[in-house]
Amino acid sequence: MNDASPALAEIAHARGIHKTYHTPGGEVPVLRGVDLSVRRGESVAITGESGSGKSTLLHLIGGLDAPDDGALSVLGTDLRAADDTARATLRRNGIGMIFQQFNLIPSLDVRANLGFQARLAGRFDAARAETLARDLGLSALLGRYPEQLSGGQQQRVAIGRALAGNPPLVLADEPTGNLDEATGDAVAQLMLALVRQRGSALVLVTHSARLADLCDRRVHLRAGRLA
Amino acid sequence: MTTGRLARWRLVLGALVSHWMRRPLQLAMLLAGLMLATALWSGVQAVNAEARASYATAADRLGTGALPRLEPAGGQALTTADFVALRRAGWQVSPVVEGRLRNGTARVSLLGIEPVTRLGLTPAANDGGDASAGPGPQADLGAFITPPGQGYATAATARALDGADLRGLAIVIDADAPPNTLIVDVGIAQGLLGMGENLTALVAATAQPPGAPPLDRIAPHLTLSDPQAGSAADPAALTDSFHLNLTAFALLSFIVGLFITQSAVGLAFEQRGGVLRTLRALGVPRAEVLALMAAELAVAALVAGAAGIVLGWAMAAALMPGVAATLSGLYGADVAGSLQLRPGWVLSGLGMALAGTALAGARGLIQTARMPLLAAGMAAPWAQATARGLRLQVIAAGVLVLALPLCLAVGGLVGGFAALACGLLAAALVLPAVLDAVLRLAATRARGVLTGWFVADTRQQLGGLSLALMALMLALAANIGVGTMVGSFRSTFTGWLDQRLSAELYVTARTEDEGRAIRDWLATRADAILPIWNAEASLAGQPGRIYGVADDPTYRDNWPLLAAAPGLWDSLAEGRAVLVNEQLSRRAGLDIGDRIDLPGGALPIAGVYSDYGNPSPQVMMGLDDFGHRFPDAPRLYQAVRVAPDRAGALAAGLADRFDLPASAIVDQSQAKRVSLQIFERTFAVTAALNVLTLAVAGIALLTGLLTLASIRLPQLAPVWAAGIPRRRLARLDLLRTLLLAVATGAFAVPVGLGLAWMLLAVVNVEAFGWRLPMDVSVPLLARLGAASVLTALAAGALPALRLARITPGQLLRVFADER
Repeated sequence: MNDASPALAEIAHARGIHKTYHTPGGEVPVLRGVDLSVRRGESVAITGESGSGKSTLLHLIGGLDAPDDGALSVLGTDLRAADDTARATLRRNGIGMIFQQFNLIPSLDVRANLGFQARLAGRFDAARAETLARDLGLSALLGRYPEQLSGGQQQRVAIGRALAGNPPLVLADEPTGNLDEATGDAVAQLMLALVRQRGSALVLVTHSARLADLCDRRVHLRAGRLA
Repeated sequence: MTTGRLARWRLVLGALVSHWMRRPLQLAMLLAGLMLATALWSGVQAVNAEARASYATAADRLGTGALPRLEPAGGQALTTADFVALRRAGWQVSPVVEGRLRNGTARVSLLGIEPVTRLGLTPAANDGGDASAGPGPQADLGAFITPPGQGYATAATARALDGADLRGLAIVIDADAPPNTLIVDVGIAQGLLGMGENLTALVAATAQPPGAPPLDRIAPHLTLSDPQAGSAADPAALTDSFHLNLTAFALLSFIVGLFITQSAVGLAFEQRGGVLRTLRALGVPRAEVLALMAAELAVAALVAGAAGIVLGWAMAAALMPGVAATLSGLYGADVAGSLQLRPGWVLSGLGMALAGTALAGARGLIQTARMPLLAAGMAAPWAQATARGLRLQVIAAGVLVLALPLCLAVGGLVGGFAALACGLLAAALVLPAVLDAVLRLAATRARGVLTGWFVADTRQQLGGLSLALMALMLALAANIGVGTMVGSFRSTFTGWLDQRLSAELYVTARTEDEGRAIRDWLATRADAILPIWNAEASLAGQPGRIYGVADDPTYRDNWPLLAAAPGLWDSLAEGRAVLVNEQLSRRAGLDIGDRIDLPGGALPIAGVYSDYGNPSPQVMMGLDDFGHRFPDAPRLYQAVRVAPDRAGALAAGLADRFDLPASAIVDQSQAKRVSLQIFERTFAVTAALNVLTLAVAGIALLTGLLTLASIRLPQLAPVWAAGIPRRRLARLDLLRTLLLAVATGAFAVPVGLGLAWMLLAVVNVEAFGWRLPMDVSVPLLARLGAASVLTALAAGALPALRLARITPGQLLRVFADER
């Protein structure tokens, strides 16, 4: 991985990506030749109908899955050639992930969850974490456990966890999909503001046109292809 | 290894361990399961190790452990003349006489050795340092071998022999002597045991001098035994069956304990499925996750294993006196009643804890390794029984059932236990499928919405509870099987005692003169005096005892015969035939009409009698014939027939007239009481293990229920929301547990009875040499049925109480978006 290079303007580069799921009911092609480029500091919204391949594309960029065909490079790592350890290293050091289901570690309190990925990457900074907690409005909740938080609070913790290590790329999979409209808007605004403040690139998948409009760029997927 | 990686591992391990910190009860169950499993295993191993160490000490001390033995084949006699012939031919051999001395109810092993020839048998001994091969280093050889001689024994053994007629023998206290053993010169031992010139065996140097003529030229009737194979007189060989029996129970308890561990670990893997995916999504490689989870389990295994070893030590210390009594009473093997810390069983306990944890955690680790990063959940959730899983279990059970006759065909004790294991495991595997079928049937008959839901919900819980129910079934089946075996043994033994101990009084004189005087005195006062002389002899190649008995209706009417030829008692009285005990008949394959070699000539067998509680071969012959064959046997022991209401007065009169100690006169009821006490002590260890196994199964059920309770709120919340109050849901939960326990108990009955049959018809015959009729006890089954219900109530109460007290808020969260 070569994420440390400041000269690398293009953070993620996908060319002709294909992905097919093999199910008991037969083969389901999800992505059919997708091209996408994400530049440093840029925010990109991926929209599309359910089943159009949005989340699959995000997972491929995050190294959570591997494409069947095409070229995919993220932060200098060729993800078609990378093994499990190399992909894990990329996720740990270069990517902040935000999930629709929050995916916090239920047995750790807010403070531990917030610093978890930064510590994993060896980039934990207590002062930065404290500032982040304050910015996210979590200062009073640091001793609580995820089950003691509302959905909006949990998603703010998840955003904090993704950003605490200052990763060059943040991926968010329907980050407001589990929240009501008002909470979702607030969380989205906060997320975008913090991402921009840190100079990270953001790729988010969303059904929300309002959220997509807040991003620098919007790409639309239809039946596995960019529309 | 970089500091960063270490810090990362610490962080991930912390996240994994935090799961247990937030669920202390689940952690306690995991540790309890492992601890109990290890405790039961290592406790029994500690007992076995102690007993085996006692045998080894005795063997080393007596010099019998590593030396080959020459023993007579086919029950022929081995005499001093054989020894002399072998020595003259250049063979390095030394004579041995082995037997038992009785003093009231005490029995002490008597070992006769010849110290001079014995010293030359081992290279170390040639340096003059083999003090262990005979009397202590300070021994006065002249006093040792010259009548009345000296005997070496521990202070405890000397106390047990206090008041016994040892023909003037002086006992020298030797703290290093083997437990419960008196060591004397071989000639002295022959006299004390009435063996004349007969010997039990000759121990031989491992390497005989070159040029020594072959054995078959000098003494063709002798065979050389392999010291590694163990001789019939070797306590280690004799008691192997007992130790294997204990090990089998320990293994069963260990497996039951592992069910708890499997339950807790399985649930933990399922509960942490999301966390594991998150960890990997955040950049922790799969291999690291697996390694750290394995490390976490290993730490748990070591902590719980260490605690289990401490608990096992305490358990073994409590059981050891009972085991020592059993080994002495049933096998004549002498074992110290105290316990020492031995690295062997400590390491074995920790090894079993680690292996058991690996076994319990293997499925979870494999599932984690195979878990796709983006899957919604595990492929086969722990709490749901899949039809495929049930089918596989039934197929595995079928394979085990097919293997059962193969194990029986292999034969032997190991074959018997392997068959038992196949049967029990097959029954356990098939149990969930049987319960599922019963519930499916119940679903078709269910009337009403709530009943329908109850049956369907019970079916859904079956997967999560199946391991605990299998553990309960195994524990109940073991209880039924062993309880039936012990009950059968007890009823047979009681009836046998009534037949065997039909005389009212049994009197032991201190000297032959006193014996004669006692018989003269009794001649006018008792209805009949039945002398019972006996002598040690080699019977079918094993050390045994021959009894001479009078011709009397006491024997003709009462003796517990298993098989008899016509005119048995007449031919016995006339010296034309003998009786043999069941052990000798089975082990040597001797039956009615076969001839058995005896000192003084072979005789045909006219009958076989049951002889429970005696590990050794035994022969009964007419008193006159015995007198001719064993003129030197001491005439000390006699049974006395008298009207039962006069027995007490006669005993008191005897004691007064001859100043006999209390131990010299045993009345029938006292003898029966002592015999039954020995019997109860013998099975106390097994009973204790049974109760512990049932307790462990109860904990397994509690673990299963508690873990299920923690993940089934989403199934209960809709029913609660539909109008069923929490208290009623709790009552239904308890009822479900009870019904499942009762169904499991019902399933355990035929399995337990099958186990009992196997124990009685296969294992006991192999282990002890006798077979007992099976006596099914309804009260026992009722007691165990109640135990099953109580276990279910105890295990189900806490989860039901928790459910009754759950707050509406907790239930509502199931419906809330944010859950």
